[in-house]
Amino acid sequence: MGNEFVVPAIVAVTLVTVGIGFYGLRLARTTSDFLVASRAISPTWNAAAIGGEYLSAASFLGIAGLVLKYGVDVLWYPVGFAAGYLALLLFVAAPLRRSGAFTLPDFCELRLGSRRLRILATAFVIFIGWLYLVPQLQGAGLTLTTVTGSPYPLGALLVAGVVTANVALGGMRAITFVQAFQYWLKLTALAVPVIFLALQWQADGRPAVTPPDGPTFRAATTVVVEHRATLTLPDGDIREVRPGDELTFAAGDPVPAVSGAATDANDWLLPSTAGADDRGLFATYSLILATFLGTMGLPHVLVRFYTNPDGAAARRTTLVVLALVGLFYLLPTLYGVLGRIYTPQLLLSGQTDAVVVLLPGAALGDGLVGRLLAALVAAGAFAAFLSTSSGLLTSVAGVISTDVLGRGSVRGFRLATVIAGGVPAVLALHVSGLDVSQVVGLAFAVAASSFCPLLVLGIWWRGLTDVGATAGVVVGGGAAIGAVLVTVLGPPLSGWPATLIAQPAAWTVPLAFTVMVAVSMATRRRAPADIAATMLRLHTPEALRM
Amino acid sequence: MLAEITRQDTRAERTRAELAQQTQVGEALVRGLVRAQLALALRLSLVVAIGLGGLPWLFAIAPALGRTTIAGVNLPWLLLGVASFPFLIAVGWAYVRLAERNEQDFTDLVQRPER
Repeated sequence: MGNEFVVPAIVAVTLVTVGIGFYGLRLARTTSDFLVASRAISPTWNAAAIGGEYLSAASFLGIAGLVLKYGVDVLWYPVGFAAGYLALLLFVAAPLRRSGAFTLPDFCELRLGSRRLRILATAFVIFIGWLYLVPQLQGAGLTLTTVTGSPYPLGALLVAGVVTANVALGGMRAITFVQAFQYWLKLTALAVPVIFLALQWQADGRPAVTPPDGPTFRAATTVVVEHRATLTLPDGDIREVRPGDELTFAAGDPVPAVSGAATDANDWLLPSTAGADDRGLFATYSLILATFLGTMGLPHVLVRFYTNPDGAAARRTTLVVLALVGLFYLLPTLYGVLGRIYTPQLLLSGQTDAVVVLLPGAALGDGLVGRLLAALVAAGAFAAFLSTSSGLLTSVAGVISTDVLGRGSVRGFRLATVIAGGVPAVLALHVSGLDVSQVVGLAFAVAASSFCPLLVLGIWWRGLTDVGATAGVVVGGGAAIGAVLVTVLGPPLSGWPATLIAQPAAWTVPLAFTVMVAVSMATRRRAPADIAATMLRLHTPEALRM
Repeated sequence: MLAEITRQDTRAERTRAELAQQTQVGEALVRGLVRAQLALALRLSLVVAIGLGGLPWLFAIAPALGRTTIAGVNLPWLLLGVASFPFLIAVGWAYVRLAERNEQDFTDLVQRPER
């Protein structure tokens, strides 16, 4: 706060993105322009662009926030976000590119020739896209609130407005270069400050992350509570706090334990153990399944694959993406860990997602370096919101304009963009209490329970039928959507129901696969007649195509 | 040199025609390729399922492992926060190599002059 570099940095990132978006208006609007623009680009640039679009608010802000709050168990988020690209590489990348499908609904029609399935896939693309857009806007609102003190809705609506206008007018689609640039910006925005933070930590005498007497405040701190919570004070007193309450602590005061967060050093430091915590283990495996298998079903990820010239290039590009994304994911964990030392007040206020943005200022102080680094991080965060939301919005608007509104005229696409951007903007205003990464985790669970079985079985199993695919998506994906709706709208649950609903993938993914296989076998006669030709097209190496 | 290229072209075209017309030979070849690629993908998934997927279970049944520290950092943090990424990249790299080799074998097989 009071940092004169932050606003210019955010404005600069936004202007560069919007500026090139407008420039793109003259360059490209159709799919074929997109292709022409992309063919000239090397796999490394293309991979950086895919990485730039993929690393969202959940990666940039959310992971560090979760690590701060929950500790080692949530390291599966970054591992899973990266491993998703491995699953994509192993099962989907080359055959999907060879299929020539541009979107998931396209793939359904190409492989199974079913209009009904295409419509169903369209509905899922829209749902997943919106579910994924909400936390991006949420992250934008949170960041703007944190760095400028503006009210939360302003930030969320502002970014929604900018991105919607940008996509409607120019589209980001042809702009591989911007997204590649945004990958490197995001990497730099976390990597450079982390060097200074590590040096500062050394200079402070390497304070312990989990001191034996529990965490303490390093400086006098006033905390404004954002979310209702129960605090356990060091003397054993229990205190209920509500949003708006102000708590004041002196330097050296111990940090009270907060309900819902792992304040106890061992909970935070050590993985969940057997016996006492079967539910923790189930949740971990569920998260692993959702993230490993969900990436391939995200609408904005698949669209990007079409920019590869052929199947072999798609494979190589995916490998580079995996490396770039893996490199990035080394960093957020460090912010979460250092946040434990320098910004423990976020555990009390409930704004753990703000740790990345606040840490440079908190650790390095208000000097010039601290302020410049804080501005760099804020700029990186905005690059994350803008690139991911633009990619998602383009994908969702694309399917709305072609599959819902009818043929895709430019007018239709603009109308679709406004619809596609408006709905998540409204939703973002109502879910500010959820962790950014958890909402994204739910989007992964839905994708893993619907599109993952559809793609994997569609590519590798001749026996898949349209009825089987539809049944699997409806049952598995429907169950996952139900779980999301209960999590977001329903009453608070406890015990096993809470775990099964909050991390549904471990039962919805097997359910989707089972239903899809069983129903396909029961309707064997409906298998497409041209399956041999389709398999040939999906799997034959380019060398034989000419 | 030129004649060589032309001959290869016609041969590739013939094979392609054969594959496209879905003769029994072509069909069997494609099935073999699909099976080889799927087996490769499944084998490597198994490597990841054991290498990474085994960790939560391992930490759960052997809590002492979680307390082990290397250079002051607990083992789970090192394995998940650092080592998992090079591991994933190595598996991906192996897959790309082996999948391309499968495709090369397939191409060689169908382009062999006398079949």
